[in-house]
Amino acid sequence: MSILSKKDMGFLTDPLMDNNPIATQVLGICSALAVTVQLQTAMVMSIAVITVLAFSNVLISTIRNKVPSNIRIIIELAIIATLVILVDQVLKAFLYDISKQLSVFVGLIITNCIVLGRAEAFALQNKPWPSFLDGIGNGLGYSMILIVVAFGRELLGSGTLFGFQVIPDAAYAAGYQNMGLMVLAPGAFILLGLIIWVQRTLTGTVTD
Amino acid sequence: MENLISLFVESVFVNNILLAYFLGMCSFLAVSKRVDTALGLGLAVIFVEVITVPVNWALNHYLLAPGALTWAGLPDVDLSFLGFISYIAVIAALVQLVEMVIDRYSPALYSALGIFLPLIAVNCAILGASLFMVEREYTFAESAVFGLGSGVGFALAIAAMAAIREKLRYSHIPEGLRGLGITMLITGLMAMAFMSFSGISL
Repeated sequence: MSILSKKDMGFLTDPLMDNNPIATQVLGICSALAVTVQLQTAMVMSIAVITVLAFSNVLISTIRNKVPSNIRIIIELAIIATLVILVDQVLKAFLYDISKQLSVFVGLIITNCIVLGRAEAFALQNKPWPSFLDGIGNGLGYSMILIVVAFGRELLGSGTLFGFQVIPDAAYAAGYQNMGLMVLAPGAFILLGLIIWVQRTLTGTVTD
Repeated sequence: MENLISLFVESVFVNNILLAYFLGMCSFLAVSKRVDTALGLGLAVIFVEVITVPVNWALNHYLLAPGALTWAGLPDVDLSFLGFISYIAVIAALVQLVEMVIDRYSPALYSALGIFLPLIAVNCAILGASLFMVEREYTFAESAVFGLGSGVGFALAIAAMAAIREKLRYSHIPEGLRGLGITMLITGLMAMAFMSFSGISL
């Protein structure tokens, strides 16, 4: 880790816990919930978001001094949309089944508030390298919540992890049942609410 | 006609774009603190969805879908990979246009919706409705009804949420749960309530 100074590490690790994009900054919840029925889709979605976030931050930070501020939003959207199209085409080419399951949610990375939010809040004021790290860090913070939610939903809702059964048959024979609610929308909302509660209690964030 | 009515009811209640597909959560959480601002945003979303979904339908049908350029003598061209960037451009441009038209003809409505209109360009619910329209291969009439229905569904959910949060101010909530946490839990309960509509068929 010698290439990363202490400050750089801060850009990378700060969004993981203290300044988590989902739980603290309240960005990007839209897609966080829809893809978390299974761990596998959540992982693919995380990788897609990290890629888009890191590269959009770098590109926007590179051109930050040349773009007039009143048309910057549309330029940022064009950059983000282009990156999302690239990711979508790659997914369609190599992971067709998963891209079918993710359906419209890959496209919705364009309007994921995290990407535009970090571009506006960070990349416009900083050099490309810190922006890249900020993108990766926020992407990881987002992924962490996504994976925790997906872990809970897949385990409780279907009794599997990555598609493999983990709850033994004996448990089902003894009367254990999968919790159907977890697969549906309310399960995701409630699980995320509880995770935010834990995270805020640990970091001591209090809002009114 | 019956088909359209049932599509409308379904997109408002059963497949509510917010509570069943999680779209538009960001503005839902940010703007649901007061009922009147929530209603303002809800109206603006309905307005923009009714316009953008059919326009994007036309764009997809006549320019982007495989074989759509037959009218121009290019039956083999498939531009569907340009979908995302075209839809978002249409949405951003239309939002700008709608903003200018409202400003010119109804300053009162403009000052009520003012701050929300630019925000809408990046509302997931708007782009999401257009993408669902493409994925589910709706006809023109269906896409207009779906746009209206998902807009009304969003407005209904955000207005109800704002009403609950106004009352919530008087309650004692554990410190870490205040704000986002309790809002998510209530949204979960609301989603559960909306699931009880799922038996409805016309």
